[in-house]
Amino acid sequence: MRRALAGLARRLSGGDGVRIVPPTGFTARLTVFSAAAMAMLAVFALALALAAGRFAAGWEATLARAATVRVAAPAGELEAQVAAALRVLDQTPGVESFRRLPEAERRALLAPWLGAELPAADLPLPELIEVTLGAEGPDAEGLRLRLAAEAPGALYDDHGRWREPAVAAAGRLRTVGLAAAALIAAATAAMVALAAQASLAANRGVIEVLRLVGARDRFIVAAFVRRFTLRALAGAAAGAALGAAVVALLLPAGPLSAGPGFSGPEWLWPLAVPPVAALVAFAATRLAAVRVLRELP
Amino acid sequence: MIELEDVAFGYGGSVLMTGIALALAPGSFQFLTGPSGAGKTTLLRLCSMHLRPTAGTARVFGRDAATMTRDEVAAARRRIGVVHQDCRFLDHLPVADNVALPLLVAGRSRQAADRDVAELLAWVGLAGQAGALPPALSGGERQRAALARAVVTSPDVILADEPTGNLDWEMSLRLLQLLVQLNRLGKAVLVATHDLNLIRAAKGQVAARVLRLSGGRIQQAGAEL
Ligand SMILES: Nc1ncnc2c1ncn2[C@@H]1O[C@H](COP(=O)(O)OP(=O)(O)O)[C@@H](O)[C@H]1O
Ligand SMILES: [Mg+2]
Repeated sequence: MRRALAGLARRLSGGDGVRIVPPTGFTARLTVFSAAAMAMLAVFALALALAAGRFAAGWEATLARAATVRVAAPAGELEAQVAAALRVLDQTPGVESFRRLPEAERRALLAPWLGAELPAADLPLPELIEVTLGAEGPDAEGLRLRLAAEAPGALYDDHGRWREPAVAAAGRLRTVGLAAAALIAAATAAMVALAAQASLAANRGVIEVLRLVGARDRFIVAAFVRRFTLRALAGAAAGAALGAAVVALLLPAGPLSAGPGFSGPEWLWPLAVPPVAALVAFAATRLAAVRVLRELP
Repeated sequence: MIELEDVAFGYGGSVLMTGIALALAPGSFQFLTGPSGAGKTTLLRLCSMHLRPTAGTARVFGRDAATMTRDEVAAARRRIGVVHQDCRFLDHLPVADNVALPLLVAGRSRQAADRDVAELLAWVGLAGQAGALPPALSGGERQRAALARAVVTSPDVILADEPTGNLDWEMSLRLLQLLVQLNRLGKAVLVATHDLNLIRAAKGQVAARVLRLSGGRIQQAGAEL
């Protein structure tokens, strides 16, 4: 076991700690920097996608359990229709509770639109019954039919009109976030492949010497791949840490966990960014190196 | 161990040499002479498979080079020590690491390589430069380091291209002695040179054949040396 670990360490450090590939050059800085920047953006994109998912779930849950019955009728019939509507609600399975809003509350609802000093009697306000639904919810069509029969002035509104577009928008936002993360991964691959290609071209002499002394392609490819994978890993780790810190400090997850930050197990996402960046760099460098080597004798 | 059979070669469509027959048998010691530009370097590169014949067959350790995979070429190169005329190194690594490179590439550990490397560097008179970077070496020191790198794995075949071009006479004799010793262990040695004094000095120590490359043909030379 110890020997296997030592072998692995040796292989990771590259030919017994001998740096086959020259350590300096702009390709090193380019790889580290682009990996860091991309990792930071990836963390933001993931935060966005997760937040959108949470928003969608939150709206779904709160809006789905609330409904309203609005009763508008000539003054003489109003009380009777409200009473009928309350009776119907009381008998409807799937309705957890309901509450008739007193006039003051109804006025308060309009205050943002019409101003608080609205003279009390000037405007006939419809009666409003706030309904809280059970987990299953009522049979909306059946409820509407019964209300139409017993209280024709009563309208049942389960907020479906509001809920569905909001949930759909949150879903789209989530897709956009995930697509952005995928794009960032692709851009990282392209950047690292370019940097690797530049490094391979700059180190053509190194590769020729290695071929001269009988190095297999595997050996040469591994030296470059190791270098670029480690650089991408280091850069992405720094970038992801910075990105996560920014998300945590500036956009903390709210008390209703509806904020755009990470919470609980979601922190695994930014943690996964550096290994994914390393994997992307590994594949990109490997492809580039194999292509360059094929042209040498 | 390396045979060129009726080989022809030219750069970019021209014809530089034709009808070349050359055999590097175990224990053989051969010099390759000829005017500058005759194709000595080219011939050595055909032997090390850096160039492929345009006609004829290069047989390396029993295999037709044309049918070998890249990994097989790499494996064969580990049994061939090459001293190029231009002696290229990994300039960012110290001389000792450069000399150890063929061992590392072959999978030997650095510690196991260290003793052989130190011994060889002492032999070629570079013990003091083990930690120096190649760009800091003189032309002669580079050639000695290149020779040390070429023989560190104790290869079956040694190809040396003008190995004494930048060396004083004393150091030239020392390198010759190293090549002769390796040859006595059964290695095939081919040295391209136009240093006739070196050839004469060798003849006292080893049964060396002298080949002359000129006009695109190879002939055995001898009596006049
Ligand atoms: N890579 C090359 N491309 C084109 N021509 C070359 C190349 N290398 C050598 N030559 C030409 O081939 C001829 C033989 O060169 P070389 O083998 O180096 O001769 P020598 O080593 O005997 O001096 C020369 O005319 C040289 O200009
Ligand atoms: Mg030459």
